[in-house]
Amino acid sequence: MTGARLLLSKPWIWSFAATIAVWIVTVLFTGGASSLGLSQAALTFAAFSVIVGLGQMFVITLGPGNIDLSVPATMTLSGTMALKLMDVQDGMIIVGLLVSILLGLGIGIGNYVLIKLLRIPPIIATLSMSFIIQSTAIWTNRGLRIKPPEILASFTTSNLFGVPNIAIVALILSVIAWVLLEKTIYGRWISAIGQSTFAARMTGIPVDGTRLVTYILCAVLASICGYLLASFSGGAALNMGSEYLLMSIAVVVIGGTAVAGGNSNIPGIWGASLFMFLVVSMLNTYGFGAGFRLILTGLIIIAVILLAGGRQSNR
Amino acid sequence: MRISTSTIRLVIPAASLALLLAAVFYMQPRAMSYTGLNLLFNLAVPIALATVAQMLIMAVNDLDLSMGAFVSFCACVTATFLQASPAIGVLIFLGAIAAYAVIGIVIHVRELPSIVVTLGMSFVWGGLAVLMLPSPGGEAPGWARWLMTSRPPFVPMAIVASIVIALVTHFAIMRSSAGVLIRGVGGNVRSVERAGWSVIRIRAGTYALAGFFAVLSGIALVGLTTSADANIALRYTLLSIAGVILGGGEFVGGKVSPIGAVIGALTLTLAGSFLSFLRISPDWQIGAQGAILIVVLGLRLLLNRLEKREKSR
Repeated sequence: MTGARLLLSKPWIWSFAATIAVWIVTVLFTGGASSLGLSQAALTFAAFSVIVGLGQMFVITLGPGNIDLSVPATMTLSGTMALKLMDVQDGMIIVGLLVSILLGLGIGIGNYVLIKLLRIPPIIATLSMSFIIQSTAIWTNRGLRIKPPEILASFTTSNLFGVPNIAIVALILSVIAWVLLEKTIYGRWISAIGQSTFAARMTGIPVDGTRLVTYILCAVLASICGYLLASFSGGAALNMGSEYLLMSIAVVVIGGTAVAGGNSNIPGIWGASLFMFLVVSMLNTYGFGAGFRLILTGLIIIAVILLAGGRQSNR
Repeated sequence: MRISTSTIRLVIPAASLALLLAAVFYMQPRAMSYTGLNLLFNLAVPIALATVAQMLIMAVNDLDLSMGAFVSFCACVTATFLQASPAIGVLIFLGAIAAYAVIGIVIHVRELPSIVVTLGMSFVWGGLAVLMLPSPGGEAPGWARWLMTSRPPFVPMAIVASIVIALVTHFAIMRSSAGVLIRGVGGNVRSVERAGWSVIRIRAGTYALAGFFAVLSGIALVGLTTSADANIALRYTLLSIAGVILGGGEFVGGKVSPIGAVIGALTLTLAGSFLSFLRISPDWQIGAQGAILIVVLGLRLLLNRLEKREKSR
């Protein structure tokens, strides 16, 4: 009994419950024929949301007003630049990844410089930054669609023991993020800053350094995700990141991370990412048109938050 | 002479607008005419209305991420129902405004983050818009078209409309008791509550008022473009937030300025025209818009510092 209560008190349990419910409903409709394919597709696409969601989660944990809107532009630029640099050569795969990571590093620093030096609210700072990044991506891309190197393309699209490789990468990143959040002083610091920046500063936590690292972390995760997504989909496109703006915020919040900051939750991001993908595919299997699909997606998001929202008032 | 802080708040956005306008005139002297000004500021009216709507939501410490989707939805209703059968169109708009009030109530009662609820609603409005107009089309009602393209003497319509919007909202938000309550909820909910006001009613009213301005924005937009599309105003979400901030508003604390918000919207619109006059390669247009945003905000920081130094002296 205590076990069950312990489980129910975890905020992420709701997103997983919803995911399982949606999965069962979808599989029932197709008569169980698609269960393996559906699960694999869900894991693959959820993995991309998880990777960007992790970065966004760290940023949101920093407290009210902290949101990184440059995620989609960063993904696009990283995807285009990496593919252009690798130029279909297998030997350049590692170099491409390193350049992606460096790019994320630069963007993260740029974001925080704007926030700190110009005292711009993070939403506006990252928004302005994203305009500049997007322009750079347009300039680099020039409408060319360069294919990813052979080995990288097959790595991102294949499975290991039935589990998509991308999902394994996302899992490894999640474990690292979990260790970072729960077991290191850095994780304690960002939670402390999110709960009260003033108190954190008074206790001698290096607030600025911690925030800088967090924005860098978010940008680097977004670049890695862009690199993988471009390789997975056989080329970078200028709008490839656009749906991940809302997605990265939605999975974090549905997953049970407090929007007010100071309390984050990694398993919930997985639950929410799987849930978001499965809802769309469920509505697709039931044959809804685009309009109804959007409306139902919205209503389901709100319903999940309404159901799970009780926990926020206990605080 | 003592200048109130709210006036100083206005000086910075007004100065940046004037500076940008001067730069445009310098590069393209022909813009310094009735037609030129009208062309420059034409699209500012719907953006200003959406910015005012966003400002109301931000006055109660919330943020509306569904603004763009909702304005698109309103544009679609305007181009279809309001044009074909005005009575049904008005009913739909009343329903949408009521829906905004309900969202306000739900956010308040369940203590939900507004960002997430409005994020969900953005899907709903987007879906409804797609259902109404699966492909771009529809037609603007004659009166909306007439209103937006009318040519008052001396001053172009876009500027007259902006001034009217700024003054009406200024008196509604800064000078009325209802406006004080709205900003009070943003400043200190508890004190408003202890003074015996129903915060839930204030929040519902604020959301409904924001919905009303967003409806006007949709109508104005269709009056300019003559037809609508389900994605017509999606960028308004970010534009409206940026407009409020440019105009001297804050994310928390109920510190907003309606006149500033309208000026912010005008600045953002002008930034677009400014760039096309600069003949920058289209690749860098968006990026330059970001750079302008950064420069204007940097300017604001500079002036804020000067103001502080002045005070401490």
